[in-house]
Amino acid sequence: MTAVELPESAAGPHPPDEDLVLDVRDLRMRYGTVDVLHGVDLTARRGEVLALLGPNGAGKTTTIEILEGFRMRSAGDVRVLGVDPGRGDERWRARMGVVLQSWRDHGRWRVQELLAHLGDFYAPYSTDRVRRPWPVTELLDAVGLTQHARKRVSRLSGGQRRRLDVAVGIVGRPELLFLDEPTVGFDPAARREFHELVHRLADLDDTTILLTTHDLDEAEKLADRILILAGGRIIAEGTPDELSRRISGNAEIRWTRDGERFVHSATDATAFLRGLFRQYGDEVQELEVRRPSLEDAYMALVYEQESGAREGGAARVWQQGSQG
Amino acid sequence: MNPTTVAVRAGFRRGMIELRNSFTNSQDVWGYVFPTLVLLVTIFFMRGATVPGTDFSLGARTLPSVLGMGLAFGGLITLAQQLVVEREDGTLLRAKATPNGMLGYLVGKLTLMSTVALVSMLIQLVPSLFLVDGLRLTSAGAWLTLLWVAVLGLVATLPIGAVIGSLIENPRNLGLVMLPMMGLIALSGIFYPINGYPGWLQAVAQVFPIYWLGLGMRSALLPDALAAVEIDGSWRHLETLGVLGAWAVLGLVLAPVVLRRMARRESGSRVAARRERAMQQVI
Repeated sequence: MTAVELPESAAGPHPPDEDLVLDVRDLRMRYGTVDVLHGVDLTARRGEVLALLGPNGAGKTTTIEILEGFRMRSAGDVRVLGVDPGRGDERWRARMGVVLQSWRDHGRWRVQELLAHLGDFYAPYSTDRVRRPWPVTELLDAVGLTQHARKRVSRLSGGQRRRLDVAVGIVGRPELLFLDEPTVGFDPAARREFHELVHRLADLDDTTILLTTHDLDEAEKLADRILILAGGRIIAEGTPDELSRRISGNAEIRWTRDGERFVHSATDATAFLRGLFRQYGDEVQELEVRRPSLEDAYMALVYEQESGAREGGAARVWQQGSQG
Repeated sequence: MNPTTVAVRAGFRRGMIELRNSFTNSQDVWGYVFPTLVLLVTIFFMRGATVPGTDFSLGARTLPSVLGMGLAFGGLITLAQQLVVEREDGTLLRAKATPNGMLGYLVGKLTLMSTVALVSMLIQLVPSLFLVDGLRLTSAGAWLTLLWVAVLGLVATLPIGAVIGSLIENPRNLGLVMLPMMGLIALSGIFYPINGYPGWLQAVAQVFPIYWLGLGMRSALLPDALAAVEIDGSWRHLETLGVLGAWAVLGLVLAPVVLRRMARRESGSRVAARRERAMQQVI
């Protein structure tokens, strides 16, 4: 438990530093005799947006709830905003925001009333650097609920309700924000506005954001770094681009020649095309080069992990690859 | 300002907002008025009947007893109900995710519950006065007694209600508490004196706060002569203080422990799981 304070840990893979908002090492969770997390490592710096992806049952919710301080872990060193979440006090609580799924509370309250009320609790934790709470009018504007300010919460549509959840999550101007599947039920316009809000929080306010989602497109747009959690481990981590390149690296090339369709898979698509044009020149028509998408990478990695878990061991190769 | 003070104040405002939300909700208002209607009908049908061994109107004896019962019911059941429901819809988790939010939540709940209990008492008392005679309404001592019995009653029942609410995970199981509660009310001499009951039944009734709240309210509003038909022929204020005080101490010791344990176990996945279960039950 004290390893983090030891000076030699500075030489470790994650040097402790003030900007490290999340610092998780070898996090393990066991329910009865079932291991749900087998040693999760993750870090996040100030202002970083992390997306946690993974199939259902992979341990995403468990991981997040441990970080939020809502669930005790079985083992591992965890520092959230520099504090062990199992011992976080109210001051610590005031520095983070939580947006969960499936909240139906405060149905009779009016939107602005609820935000003002919850904001009150944060006022004593205002600092020179972070003014708390977020003034209600500005907050309503930021999440696009201004014209619903006086509505009762139960009368909001699904998407509006979700935006209110987000507003409640950020009313205390958190330094760290947890978003659990934030855009479920959003229409495309609301989703885009939400993405802008996330960028604003991360870029202007230096908020660190950890979000879970099943929407890979969203992860790609929002996240600086993506972590894929499967079988209780982080099996891969990197920028969306890095992850896409990691799987085989092969691009798919399609073209037609003399009305006939061709498909070819090549590691170096540019070299292949150079050869193709040298040989056939203008005969090459309807050319299409497709790099592996994040979705391809995700599917391949998760598949690899799941089949590897059956054979044993293969998953670790991916994990080592991700750290190398 | 001190975060605790801020949370207590916010909690108080929270209680006021919930109070307003409740009194502007037609379903809730019906819930406040309905017992009064039942009470008025009961008193109406009791006209002509007298307390056994006296020529005092049975209806006039029932009124204060019912006020006492209402306090006990509000403290024990209504708070438990709200805790169970608000744990399910995520209100408690929201409070937990807010700094000092649990403190604010509890202060809010206590503000709401005690105000509702006192207002409900007035809603029952005022219209009934047109139907009954013989109550000591002009005596300052009567109102003073009424006040201390009501306050002590709330302090004795609200923490126990919080404990019950924390222990019940599924709203459907609230029925498990309602049934014995109904039995207790029947035992507690609310609608009819229990002097005729076997001794052991009287003893059981006198363990629980409902009997004492009924007795306390009767001691406040009925003429002193009526004490003669109570057990031991006295209003037994000391015993009332003792039993209600014991329940208050028990509740105040237990409630923080049980509430804390319940709050510690709350998390997003538990709320989600309960929601899932509730959906399945609907289908």
